[in-house]
Amino acid sequence: MNKHRLIYLDNNATTPCDPRVVEAMVPYFFEKHGNAASRSHQFGWEAEDAVDYAREQIAQLLDVDDKEVIFTSGATESNNLAIKGVFEMYARKGNHIITVETEHKAVLDTCKHLEKAGAEITYLKVQEDGLVSLTDLEAAIKPNTILVSIMWANNETGVIQPMREIATICEKHGVLFHSDATQAVGKIKTHPREVGIHLMSFSAHKMYGPKGVGGLYVSRKNPRVKVTAQIDGGGHERGMRSGTLNVPGIVGFGKAAEIARKEMDQDAERLSKLRDRLQAELTKLEETKVNGNEGSRMPHVTNISFKHVEGEGLMMTFNQNIAVSSGSACTSASLEPSYVLVGMGLGDDLAHSSIRFSLGRFTTEEDVEDAIKLVSTGVNHMRDLSPIWEMYKDGVDLSKIEWAAH
Amino acid sequence: MAYSEKVLDHFKNPRNVGVLDKDSKNVGTGLVGAPECGDVMRLQIEVDESTGTIRDAKFKTFGCGSAIASSSLATEWLKGKSLDDAAGIDNMDIVEELALPPVKIHCSVLAEDAIKAAISDYRKKNGIAETTTA
Repeated sequence: MNKHRLIYLDNNATTPCDPRVVEAMVPYFFEKHGNAASRSHQFGWEAEDAVDYAREQIAQLLDVDDKEVIFTSGATESNNLAIKGVFEMYARKGNHIITVETEHKAVLDTCKHLEKAGAEITYLKVQEDGLVSLTDLEAAIKPNTILVSIMWANNETGVIQPMREIATICEKHGVLFHSDATQAVGKIKTHPREVGIHLMSFSAHKMYGPKGVGGLYVSRKNPRVKVTAQIDGGGHERGMRSGTLNVPGIVGFGKAAEIARKEMDQDAERLSKLRDRLQAELTKLEETKVNGNEGSRMPHVTNISFKHVEGEGLMMTFNQNIAVSSGSACTSASLEPSYVLVGMGLGDDLAHSSIRFSLGRFTTEEDVEDAIKLVSTGVNHMRDLSPIWEMYKDGVDLSKIEWAAH
Repeated sequence: MAYSEKVLDHFKNPRNVGVLDKDSKNVGTGLVGAPECGDVMRLQIEVDESTGTIRDAKFKTFGCGSAIASSSLATEWLKGKSLDDAAGIDNMDIVEELALPPVKIHCSVLAEDAIKAAISDYRKKNGIAETTTA
């Protein structure tokens, strides 16, 4: 704990904006401040050109047509637009939507909202490794099913769902497939058309771009998908999302996409080695558990439960030096532990004991070595303070104790 | 959420961590909370039979920083107190001393429960009737 350098291992929460991205954005705040919808002067044309260029950069990253990229304020809005927009647009076809219990709240809460509007929602459970069962998915499809919404990669565990297989099932039953790909885009190959995804949400700030700008891919051919706008106004973004475009943000988003397209393979290779090293060293501690399928997982993420240690307390031992997240309830306003981990069948006790480490482009080998030392020391310290660790070491069967739940 | 200086102090330098012989006649043990809830406190007191005051107190806690600080503070306050005075410690005293935010009040409640459970265990062991503390 002697260093005052703060190591950032919370890149799934947000990534730092790449300095090359910031540099690209700067002129669009003052010199080139135009409104991309101003068609009558140079300022507007310049802004429109910049937006078109960024749209093309993003389309290249996703291997889609640039007209298939809609700009939004972020992935939360994209998820809202995709799910509510399909529900309203395809109301005559049916009202049933299938999603998964471990989705982000932006998807789950949107679905809950639609339930009040007459939607029928199936929330699929996941298996212990975090993967959705394809058999369960296919069995859930009914004649009135209009949409399947399943995330590409999970924010808490990094688990990657079987996108191609899900797309094949959707194709077979003629159901639209939306994916919240926020954690995957810019980090691994995400080509929705090739995979068979019809709508895909993503966000700039998870891929070294700025906050406050996101995108929704909407397939324009085979099939031509339409969504009902959720924000009405000037008819921007082909009528699907009104509102003056965030030109500097979009320029940064485009630049981030270009950098990701060129560098993500080498980033992924480097980060998976660092992640593997971190995980291997931390799981040398007694009584640890890696959460989620290690064979189908993002290269920069590991989620580890340190049994008999509470996550927030553990983080407090090193949060002057390392920034991470915990599945413990205590980090949020609610007192419930991570629903993602609980949904994977982890007991609440193990969910409270979990820490998510998410590395990124700017993570160094030194960061990882320091994190290994600091986290190991923290776990040992917290176990010295933990009565249940002492009981476990004394051979007490913790499951036989009658705990007073509070 | 930022922690108060006092929480940080107790967290970094927890007072009276450890274990007393739970089978000893003059030791009372309180174990409260549940691993599923993310908090377990074990608080123990050792009573000086001649004076009826608490001679020593130890704790171990599984929980967040506020839970650890609440139990650490409780052991500090318990030492030298009579059982009745100890039973009078209110969770809001702990909230105030540690400047706990509303979401952490349950940590202080748990500490109060642990104190009461330890006292009750000691009294049961020694056949002393519970005195009501309002």
